[in-house]
Amino acid sequence: MADNIPGDLKYTREHEWARVQGTSVVVGVTQHAQESLGDVVYVELPKVGSTVTEGKQFGVIESTKAVSELYSPLTGKVVKVNDGLSDNPSTVNTDPYGAGWIVEIEPSDPKQVDGLLDAAAYTALLQNS
Amino acid sequence: MARQTPLNAAHRKLGARMVDFAGWDMPVQYSSVIGEHEAVRTGVGLFDVSHMGEVEFSGPGALDTVNALISNDLARVADGQAVYAGLLDERGTFVDDVVAYRFSPERILICVNSSNREKDVAWMKTHAKGVAPVDRSDDYAQIAVQGPKATGLVQRLTKTDLSKIGTYRFAEGEVAGVKCLISRTGYTGEDGFELYSAAGDAVALWDALLTEGQQDGVKPCGLGARDSLRTEMKYALYGNDIDDQHTALEAGLGWIVKLDKAAFIGKEALVAQKAAGVKRKLVGFELTGSGIPRHGYAILKDGAPVGEVTSGTMGPTVKKAIGIGYVPTELSAEGSTFDVDIRGRAVPAVVVKTPFHKKP
Repeated sequence: MADNIPGDLKYTREHEWARVQGTSVVVGVTQHAQESLGDVVYVELPKVGSTVTEGKQFGVIESTKAVSELYSPLTGKVVKVNDGLSDNPSTVNTDPYGAGWIVEIEPSDPKQVDGLLDAAAYTALLQNS
Repeated sequence: MARQTPLNAAHRKLGARMVDFAGWDMPVQYSSVIGEHEAVRTGVGLFDVSHMGEVEFSGPGALDTVNALISNDLARVADGQAVYAGLLDERGTFVDDVVAYRFSPERILICVNSSNREKDVAWMKTHAKGVAPVDRSDDYAQIAVQGPKATGLVQRLTKTDLSKIGTYRFAEGEVAGVKCLISRTGYTGEDGFELYSAAGDAVALWDALLTEGQQDGVKPCGLGARDSLRTEMKYALYGNDIDDQHTALEAGLGWIVKLDKAAFIGKEALVAQKAAGVKRKLVGFELTGSGIPRHGYAILKDGAPVGEVTSGTMGPTVKKAIGIGYVPTELSAEGSTFDVDIRGRAVPAVVVKTPFHKKP
């Protein structure tokens, strides 16, 4: 299956995506990430109000076989988490860019988003990996 | 370079995701672990388990030779029967866990774990008194056909009457025109067969099972589903739940240890341990808090480490976070509670009756 990489999102080298939404940024994992993970069975989310740091772990995503770390694309405050994932973690597989979103972060500096990869750069990263 | 089974190209053609497993290039999944798991619980799945090793003891005295090496008793079963057994060391801990097939008192075939094959063969060569073991692993392929629809599928491809082959019994016959050892055994908790064929016949047998199995919705299944299926049954995996650090009695496998038979390696240690009392036991537990227990996580009681998780997953059929682990005997009774250290969080767990999955 071809990798689905929406042009309006930003990306990290750890296969997270970021979507600017007003003053905050919604974060999830990419189609490529969910395919590599396999069936997602558990997502450990940060607490609303907690602080996350760019490049640092903020959560965990588990498939039947493996435990993978989630890294924050930005520094800021968690304003929302996707509570629906506790009952339906497989949403990360079925709709990674939509209902399978993971957290919403209010960045300490909105310009941070500009430092992330755009779709072309992320596509190139996948092709060269 | 990882070793390949005769079915390697077939797996790649089916789009399997391949991983290195104990030095073997093996399929971990074809489509989805959960989908493959469910196929085996409700229909039928095919597993390539050709990486398993086979060691043959052939000649007068073969049965006595093997019986002195394994913990179960081949003298107690008939020709055409198999036993699950420990290949134990002098401390009563595991060199490996094996299935021994009794063709006759003069011919025994032992199926061993791929990760232990070389170690096992060396161990058996050193300790066998009488008949010498022969490593036949490269001659055999092995395909497991597992699930409630497995018997129907295999029966359509063989003249051998499968209703005559009970659990842990086997026959020699032909499946899809391929000479096979047809063994009613498995590692999933479902009915089914393990088909041992010549390595060169494996592709023909695999293809025939996939084609004939279409009407049953057969799915090729990888190591991922194999692991989640066996975990729901609390079947031990060597290197996880059993090893050379825990005895057969601690592992709860006293039923494959026949202390009343003639001498076998590990017997004295286990007789002594049984008399002194077993201090720790392998139990099955469910998390009552959120998370998934994993191999290597610490088991805590009142904040202090008292044991270790040996296997764990989110059980696709039982739909619970389940685990297997060693705990002090006083925490091993059903209903006992402790915590599992999941990334610094103490997550509560309770000991439950196993297998986790009970047939409806």
